[in-house]
Amino acid sequence: MQWPWQYDFPPFFTLQPHAETRAKQLSAWRSIVLDYYKHTKESTLDVREAQSSPLFFNSTINRKLSQEGILLILENLQKTGNAEPLDKTKNRWLIFWKSPEEWGKLLYNWAQARGMTNSVCTLFELVSGDDTTDEEFYGLDTEIIIRAIRTLEVERKAEMMMYDDNQGVKFF
Amino acid sequence: MDRLEYDDPILHPKEDEIAKLRNVKIYDGDAKSATFENGELIATSHRLVYVQSGSSHGLSLRLHYLVYVEEEKSSGFGFSRSKKLLLHLSEPLPGKPPGPVDRSSCSFIRLSFKDGYDSSFPNNLSAALQKKKWETAPITSTSLPEAPPLVQLPGRQLRAGIVGIERQIQAKHKATDDSISLAFEDLNKLMSMAKDMVLLSKSISDKIKEKQGEISDDETVQFKSYLLSLGIDDPVTRDNSRSESQYHQNLARQISSALQDQIKEIGGMMTLPEAYCRVNRARGLELLSPEDMLKACQIMASLGLPVTLKVFDSGVKVLHLSTHNDQNIIKTTAEAIEESGSYTAEELAQVLGMSVLLAKERLLITEKAGRACRDDSIEGLRFYPNLLLEKN
Repeated sequence: MQWPWQYDFPPFFTLQPHAETRAKQLSAWRSIVLDYYKHTKESTLDVREAQSSPLFFNSTINRKLSQEGILLILENLQKTGNAEPLDKTKNRWLIFWKSPEEWGKLLYNWAQARGMTNSVCTLFELVSGDDTTDEEFYGLDTEIIIRAIRTLEVERKAEMMMYDDNQGVKFF
Repeated sequence: MDRLEYDDPILHPKEDEIAKLRNVKIYDGDAKSATFENGELIATSHRLVYVQSGSSHGLSLRLHYLVYVEEEKSSGFGFSRSKKLLLHLSEPLPGKPPGPVDRSSCSFIRLSFKDGYDSSFPNNLSAALQKKKWETAPITSTSLPEAPPLVQLPGRQLRAGIVGIERQIQAKHKATDDSISLAFEDLNKLMSMAKDMVLLSKSISDKIKEKQGEISDDETVQFKSYLLSLGIDDPVTRDNSRSESQYHQNLARQISSALQDQIKEIGGMMTLPEAYCRVNRARGLELLSPEDMLKACQIMASLGLPVTLKVFDSGVKVLHLSTHNDQNIIKTTAEAIEESGSYTAEELAQVLGMSVLLAKERLLITEKAGRACRDDSIEGLRFYPNLLLEKN
């Protein structure tokens, strides 16, 4: 993970009171968060545990961002559709370093390339199957796959299915 | 016993109290049982006053009747619970005021003390007998016979005169004391008395002016505290100016000229409490109240004085030179931070030679202008050049 210069600058971990400075600070944090999640291929964030992750805690300069700051960044990401709280308490969040629509497109392209249209496959196969190990969406959080499929549903390109206790999708 | 007379237990102003003893019994001569008991005995310079508990009337024995005071030797049993004094008396004078007993065969009476007996009491009583104060300062009206008048030596006359004048002044003081305490008892009374109070305090203040050094420090302090609690400011300085605003204007000019050089020396800015202390120390006696200081500083700007008041966002008030402006401060502070990489308020204070409070204010206004950013951690509050805004 390539950390930007701000990551080693101590004031970066203090929420700045000056409005202009804060705006620039938040935008830098946005990029770091999305890059980090892209790098680790993770999609969920728990605010209560986030402070110990290297994303918000730089051990070399011994600085960490406050929970208030983390929440502010997440809410900022939510406004641009890059994050979503999983519950009312706003403790657990989904991070979309790619938007659901983008994921949907990728899934559909893969399905078309494999000739999987008009057939069904389980979600498990999509994210952990042998056929998809090279794909970007390999190992993606199920929640995100579901949302991606929902965007496809709107375009009538796919449909969620439930059978035998498994969740599946049919591409059209 | 027939030398006793009915009398008012309230002490005359010229009387001095020597001792006060409780639980005293009076025996007539050698009588086995007491004629009077359960009373309080007050020995003064003029008489012995005896008041029975529960009674508001008293009996008194004029000291000029007392010839000799003797302590009664304790009885052979060796165990006596009460101390007894024998008072030998002279013949009653004709025209003596009525007393409890008309005729008595004995020429002495005995006093018995249960508790709280002071062994120096007989000595004190004898000393009072020696002084014979009832001759120099009689306390009864002229219609009643006092002690047979003795020849007055010229030396005594002089002492009497000065003592008399002193007593008069004391009495006046007591009267004013009483009137002041009466005023405080009731606020309504105070309001109506306020006018009198002001006149009274004005006259006393004049006396103080004249009598510098003759009235003790304690009294002056006490008097000033009376005035303060009445809400009247120190009258001496108020007299100097015609109206309030005039007073504050003059004050503003005074403060400005007094502090200008000092403020320049310490870097162009001085906190208001520090300025207040310096001004009062310079003034010496006519001290300023904080309200007056604040009011005067607030009008400095409108008067165009070289020193003005500035209030920071945090509420800190300082006096600074009018030529001093924020832009300069921001520029110099930002440059200082860049040079050294980062600064805490303490470090900057040391480098610039000013108080930590003022150094912090400098850093804060530099941050406000976007020329610095803060790093707040358990290590403390540190300010860096604002790379977050300027870089990238």
